Amino acid sequence: MNNRDNFLKGLWSEHPVFRQLLGMCPTLAVTTSAKNGLYMGMAVIFVLTFSSLVVSLIKKIVPNQVRIAVYTVIIATFVTVVDIFFKAYIPDMSRQLGPYLPLIIVNCIILGRCEAFASKNNLKKSTIDALGMSAGFTWGLFVLGSIRELFGSGMILGFTILGKNYNPLIVMILPAGAFIVLGLLVAGMNRLEQK
Amino acid sequence: MTELLLIFISTLLINNFVLSYFLGICPFLGVSGKIESAIGMGLAVTFVMTLATSISWLIYHLILVKFNLLFLQYVIFILVIASLVQMVEMFIRKFSSGLYQALGIYLPLITTNCAILGAALFMVSRNYSFLESVVFGFSGGLGFSLVLLVMAGIRQELEDADVPRVFKGVPLTLITAGLLALIFMGFSGLFSSI
Repeated sequence: MNNRDNFLKGLWSEHPVFRQLLGMCPTLAVTTSAKNGLYMGMAVIFVLTFSSLVVSLIKKIVPNQVRIAVYTVIIATFVTVVDIFFKAYIPDMSRQLGPYLPLIIVNCIILGRCEAFASKNNLKKSTIDALGMSAGFTWGLFVLGSIRELFGSGMILGFTILGKNYNPLIVMILPAGAFIVLGLLVAGMNRLEQK
Repeated sequence: MTELLLIFISTLLINNFVLSYFLGICPFLGVSGKIESAIGMGLAVTFVMTLATSISWLIYHLILVKFNLLFLQYVIFILVIASLVQMVEMFIRKFSSGLYQALGIYLPLITTNCAILGAALFMVSRNYSFLESVVFGFSGGLGFSLVLLVMAGIRQELEDADVPRVFKGVPLTLITAGLLALIFMGFSGLFSSI
């Protein structure tokens, strides 16, 4: 697999959210608006890329029996870095994301890619794979967040789209809306796949 | 006492872990296909979550706060959960083979169940006392089991239903979960009458 395909698979054919159904918890929880989705995605890009990089570097030294524990500690370290950064520079966003930012530690996308890809491939391949997967995750969150924000408040990224007279569908920003929109999106992806 | 009861009911029904915090969605989608596996997973999560919140509370307040090590919070919590799951597994295997057969295969999955770490994080951010944390962990696990069980019942029926092919499996499960979340929203009126 060349570098381009390696990167692109995360964006479409092996999309972490719509195809592999990984990392559902932040996907559903933070996508009340497009902006939250974007910031969450950026945090995941940072954590996944650096964790993959480190895991790929140390893959030969780590004993097989304790590898999952080691990966988890590496991931938790990078998540701590992001969390402290968010708290210091964008405290509003840190409050909005709340415990879902530290919950990146148990996001199955991260551990999944470290275990399935970075622990078996070289540094360059692992980094490209991590960038592709996390970019795919980010656009998934952005789309889901945009749809929910659009119908839930008539805006996208804070810009009014549907006009002042639009009567917002509050359910879209409630948990129920998250499940239903994601269900429809996955069904839509299945439909595209069939053709 | 009223305080504890309020935490219990609100965590069990109103702010359900799965339906309003989206915690533990992966096992929710994974093992909610069969009622037996839903019961096993639910029991295992309730057990580990109660233990995890109590032990994390002790470590957080007696060690991390005291020695000003709060930046280590996430690393420590995840290590506590991972080793707890390991210990519970060994303990059950040694002392109760019946329980081990019922819970065994679900236990390793729990380490990466975000509901457990989520419970520990919520407990810290809400400044719960020790007793409140124990009740919170227990009712959180119970609420998870309840939704898992309801979902498993619905999914067993859905298997025989004739649905459009693109909706089969996960999409339909997600939409059903959305409807369940709407139903559970009804519980939020529970306290205004007290």
